[in-house]
Amino acid sequence: MAQWASLSEAVAAHIHDGDLVALEGFTHLIPFAAGHEIIRQGRCNLSLVRMTPDLIYDQLIGAGCAARLTFSWGGNPGVGSLHRFRDAVERDWPVPLAIEERSHSDLANAYVAGAANLPFAVLRAYAGSSYEQASPHIRSIHCPFTGERLAATPSVRPDVAVIHAQKADRQGNVLLWGILGVQKEAVLAARHAVVTVEERVESLDAPPNACILPAWVVDAVCLVPGGAAPSYAHGYYDRDNAFYRRWDAISRDRERFCAWLKQSVLDTANFTEYQRVQEEWCRKEALR
Amino acid sequence: MTPGYTSDEIMTVSAARMLRNGAICFVGIGLPSTAANLARLLHAPDAVLIYESGPIGAKPSVLPLSIGDGNLAETADTVVSTPEIFRYWLQGGRVDVGFLGAAQLDRYANINTTVIGDYHRPKVRLPGAGGAPEISTAAKEVLIIVKQSRRSFVKQLDFITSAGFLTGGDARERAGIQGRGPVAVITDLCILRPDPESRELTVTTIHPGASREQIRLNTGWDIRFSPDCIETAPPAAQELEALRALQARTAAAHGVVEISS
Repeated sequence: MAQWASLSEAVAAHIHDGDLVALEGFTHLIPFAAGHEIIRQGRCNLSLVRMTPDLIYDQLIGAGCAARLTFSWGGNPGVGSLHRFRDAVERDWPVPLAIEERSHSDLANAYVAGAANLPFAVLRAYAGSSYEQASPHIRSIHCPFTGERLAATPSVRPDVAVIHAQKADRQGNVLLWGILGVQKEAVLAARHAVVTVEERVESLDAPPNACILPAWVVDAVCLVPGGAAPSYAHGYYDRDNAFYRRWDAISRDRERFCAWLKQSVLDTANFTEYQRVQEEWCRKEALR
Repeated sequence: MTPGYTSDEIMTVSAARMLRNGAICFVGIGLPSTAANLARLLHAPDAVLIYESGPIGAKPSVLPLSIGDGNLAETADTVVSTPEIFRYWLQGGRVDVGFLGAAQLDRYANINTTVIGDYHRPKVRLPGAGGAPEISTAAKEVLIIVKQSRRSFVKQLDFITSAGFLTGGDARERAGIQGRGPVAVITDLCILRPDPESRELTVTTIHPGASREQIRLNTGWDIRFSPDCIETAPPAAQELEALRALQARTAAAHGVVEISS
């Protein structure tokens, strides 16, 4: 049953070194504040899963938290490369990063299979691509009824799923809307779930069929307004496209990244302080 | 004489013309999204744009910077989850046209967006698959828009992320792939179409101002020209106006000059 907690309490209680962790959110509602708290608490040797690593995993990877990454598209959307991800894959910095690569369709199906308590996903995928040769995780199966050959890939069963949502009520029932990505599947595939939200409300007032995660599938709910920035929260704030572009320069260089990480994440106590440092950073950059 | 438009503009306009009105189109981010939205603003108001983040029937007023921009969700007929978009709508066979970009492609329109060099010790790690391997196989047909250079048009791919015609001929059909595959590749120099027999990409129209020599210099293989090769129709004033207005709206909204990747 969901407990309201501070983000630092929730991360300390539910995310441990070596865990398989999925921080999900498809461009929208990316749980950045939670990612920073994982870095702040010095988690290491994590196996990370996420369809689009985005800046959040670039930061976790650069901070040395990850030993392994399962992903399906590793770029900075609309900008270019994820430089910390590339540095880890191409040059083992700061630590070697083993990768398990999937396509979007595959990874989405793998979360569905995990949520449905199945060991693998069956789909039409990878026909003619080199992935079958490159990855031991992409195999095939023959349909027992027709004999047709289909792709089979292992389901994703995280130890912990972390998502950001718009609202939760007093009991910890969670409501999200807009682009939903694979958040519901990630939570239901995982053993534990931590959710950060924009707002705590008396009643969700949601129509039937709304995407609600009942309190009893969630372990911790944390009130972190703005916690998805620099991604966005539909109905609350827009994507900070300027930060996504700025990240290209910050992350390209190891020293500049380390300085950013220290000042913005390691030397701040929480997300509110992080936001204050970011605002100052922006002001200074604007003056340069 | 300067033509009054750039090579990027004729590329985008030519690509937009390929999308027929009413087509159900699964749209990649970047150049494909620009072309598909331009088509929607011009001759294809009833084209249905599907983005892999979940919006179906998106009608964005400005070009999205990311595949999951809020404007896509706000203007869509409906927004479904990512598993649903891939399972029911793409794999379910509902998509007429997959509109893709490419980091690299070869003469059979196979696409690489994964690695340069060895997969396990890559020289350059590219973003990877995204939705493309399944878009390229499940969509009834595929359009590819890519800037042409020796870096993008290569003789031998280090990795096939998304299947075109594989080794040519009927290799695609033999691999059990359902969709017809690429019907056109639109670049900043020309339009290429697969030869009906060999399936090798063949230049069928050359943009005004571009030369055969320039196309050869920007291709990593000995490129073929169709015997019926003609000049691409230049962008009409109305097409350029719509494209420039779209890009200006986008720049004002995002504070960027160009959405290219």
